[in-house]
Amino acid sequence: MESIKRRIQHTVLVFVGVLVLFSCNQNNQSGSSGALGGDAASAVYVPPGEYDEFYGFFSGGFSGQVSVYGLPSGRLLKVIPVFSQDAEKGWGYNEETKPMLNTSFGFIPWDDAHHPELSQTNGETDGRWLFINGNNTPRVARIDLTTFETAEIIEIPNSGGNHSSPFTTENTEYVVAGTRFSVPYPQRDVAIASFEENFKGMLTFIKVNDEGHMEIAFQVLLPAFDYDLAHSGKGKSHGWTFFTTYNTEQSHTLKEVTASQNDKDFIAAVNWKKAEEYIAQGKAKTVPGRHMVNRYDETTHMATSTEVATVPVLTPEDCPGLVYFLPTPKSPHGVDVDPTGEYIIGSGKLSADLTAHSFTNMMSAIENEEFETVISGVPVLKYDKVVGGVVKKPGLGPLHTEFDNEGNAYTTFFISSEVVKWKVGTWEVLDRVPTYYSVGHLMIPGGDSKKPQGKYLVALNKITKDRYLPTGPEMNHSAQLYDISGDKMKLLLDFPTVGEPHYAQGISADRIVPNSKKFYPIEENEHPYRALGESQTKVERSGNDVHIYMTSIRSHFSPDNIEGVRVGDDVYVHLTNLEQDFDVPHGLAIQGANMSELLVMPGQTETLLWKPQREGVYSFYCTDFCSALHQEMQGYIRVSPRGANTPLKWSLGEEEEL
Amino acid sequence: MFRRIKFILAGALLSLLFILPLWRISLIAPQYPSGVHMWIYINKIGGSEPGTLQNINILNHYIGMKYIEPDSIPELQYFPTIVGFFIAFALIAAFLNKKWVYFTWTALLLIGCVLAMYDFYLWEYDYGHNLDPKAIMKFEGESFQPPLFGNKKLLNFIAKSYPHWGGYALMLALLLGGWGTYSSFKRNKA
Repeated sequence: MESIKRRIQHTVLVFVGVLVLFSCNQNNQSGSSGALGGDAASAVYVPPGEYDEFYGFFSGGFSGQVSVYGLPSGRLLKVIPVFSQDAEKGWGYNEETKPMLNTSFGFIPWDDAHHPELSQTNGETDGRWLFINGNNTPRVARIDLTTFETAEIIEIPNSGGNHSSPFTTENTEYVVAGTRFSVPYPQRDVAIASFEENFKGMLTFIKVNDEGHMEIAFQVLLPAFDYDLAHSGKGKSHGWTFFTTYNTEQSHTLKEVTASQNDKDFIAAVNWKKAEEYIAQGKAKTVPGRHMVNRYDETTHMATSTEVATVPVLTPEDCPGLVYFLPTPKSPHGVDVDPTGEYIIGSGKLSADLTAHSFTNMMSAIENEEFETVISGVPVLKYDKVVGGVVKKPGLGPLHTEFDNEGNAYTTFFISSEVVKWKVGTWEVLDRVPTYYSVGHLMIPGGDSKKPQGKYLVALNKITKDRYLPTGPEMNHSAQLYDISGDKMKLLLDFPTVGEPHYAQGISADRIVPNSKKFYPIEENEHPYRALGESQTKVERSGNDVHIYMTSIRSHFSPDNIEGVRVGDDVYVHLTNLEQDFDVPHGLAIQGANMSELLVMPGQTETLLWKPQREGVYSFYCTDFCSALHQEMQGYIRVSPRGANTPLKWSLGEEEEL
Repeated sequence: MFRRIKFILAGALLSLLFILPLWRISLIAPQYPSGVHMWIYINKIGGSEPGTLQNINILNHYIGMKYIEPDSIPELQYFPTIVGFFIAFALIAAFLNKKWVYFTWTALLLIGCVLAMYDFYLWEYDYGHNLDPKAIMKFEGESFQPPLFGNKKLLNFIAKSYPHWGGYALMLALLLGGWGTYSSFKRNKA
């Protein structure tokens, strides 16, 4: 009896002991998050009514747009339509913005927007403009940061896939574009397998003038590699722009394998100051390169699309000293220049190490002609003559590097899903943090300029999996915000993003807030169909075109009763918003119109094109809640049969006809 | 000597009325974080923003208040002339340096200010009581007369009515006139 009792006691003891051990482990698991607790919440909390410290501009990737976040709160401030139609704002739907999406292939309602880049002055972000590339039908867009609207889009000819774009020079002299996919040059019907003879890679330098207007200054014709990313030199290396290449194997199929064979690919160093000299000497050849330049005018509130037929092209064989190749292991992705301008970091995504080329070494190698070989007129510099330092085995799959203002570099590692901090010059690894999951780009405000504002770091990830509440098979891409002000990086916030942010740019709010436009002064409106007061409203017919000059003010449209429109007409409703106050837009939608609403800002005029299909009386109304009497802000348009004689009539209110 | 200077200065201060607003009426509500500030000059009505007058008219039309049309306010047409008269008068008084001239200038200016305030009160009364019978929002028995001086709650707004820079210049001119007159009588200098 005694021994059985003891056995039972022992068993119970063991059982309890296992339970205690087990629960201890559980406690440890929840306890390990202690380091991320308390502090982080107050670091990212922006109290109601207060502003974030930084603007973050995130590319939308396959959404085609740019999203704007406040940092550190991670609050979504706005989604700016760029390359994709946006029904919410009428972007690409109203008559004024349709020309913005025009290309040499006609109207395209979408593109893949990868890399935002802020304009710079003296190597610092200045808050004037945000440039972004369109990857699919090669284009570069410029967003005006006083209105947060896309002001200009330029198409890039002779390219296939615009990825290494739109990186800027120190004073926004140029914004670059580079073909990721080499294409036949000139573009024509050839066998795909004739890749090595017929295909070429083109790099493009877009000149930006003081008003922000873009123009292709020149293109550089290079071998058919893939030109992946770029960054321009700064300080001592100002005057040069660096592009990574992969697929120096020149393969055109199963590139996953065939483009990963070479031990080293190149970083192409382009001396654009020298290019300017060659152009002045007349060395550029004018070649066909049909492309559209689309500009939005803030006073006429209209976009015009202009066709340009040719581009100047420089060939390395004719221009010695224009381009050099720097061997870089292995299929390098990001090329990043440190704030001093001395080190050019090539993140070889298939390499175990990070290579930092030295600009000083590069210049001596050029002077001493330390060439390994020459490819299509481009000297290949000897690797050990240009390398400055190597960060040994920092992680797996290095992609991109940004910098803080204390000589530290931060590189993303896609495969090992982490960000690694290391010291420029000594090449030692200082810290590493995991990202959730598989980080692509990272962003530090000003992190690719001469003067980074090194307080925060945002990791932009490719895989979300379990980070947030599930939303079916498709999860929005995740981003994490880190505090990098101390020695060690600290995770502060985790938030989902719009589309796929490939890259982002951050800037302190004080560089944008003072210039943010509150409304358009109505006396500056020069839209051809404007009505600057209710006395200027009218309806005019010319053939089958009917032009309605309409105004909106809280809370009515003028006119709001219109008759005399017929089936088969093209009815242009030109709405001028007479408000002159901050944040008072009016919308306009017409029943059955085959397009989106209009969303008109104070002082602006926009046009909705409506083609009535059926007789009857149709309603229209204001779609953006504007005032206490918003529900009453509506009207009617009478549509008579095709060929009817109903007289044109328009009015507001019972007694008076305007 | 100094007496003359006081009156020349008073004249100079009055001339500021041509560029600085006399009075300010501000409307404060949460959805207008910076407030809506109407500035009344002797010859026009403006505000802290170019669109202020339009925005005030839009706000007020919901409760049936008339549109403020500066062109149809007669005071804005003749006030500049009156101010011009007082400036000239002040310079003449300084030249003549006679205590009764000083007294007349100051007394007339004071009477003018009182009359102007009464006129302002009448205008505000009319503006706040003469509401459109077809007003969008009707509030039984309520009137919306803006305050003459001080704060007053008008529906969801707090209305604040106070002098602005020009008004202060005017008060300073009055004070200078009064001081100059007083000291001229005390000294018994003719």
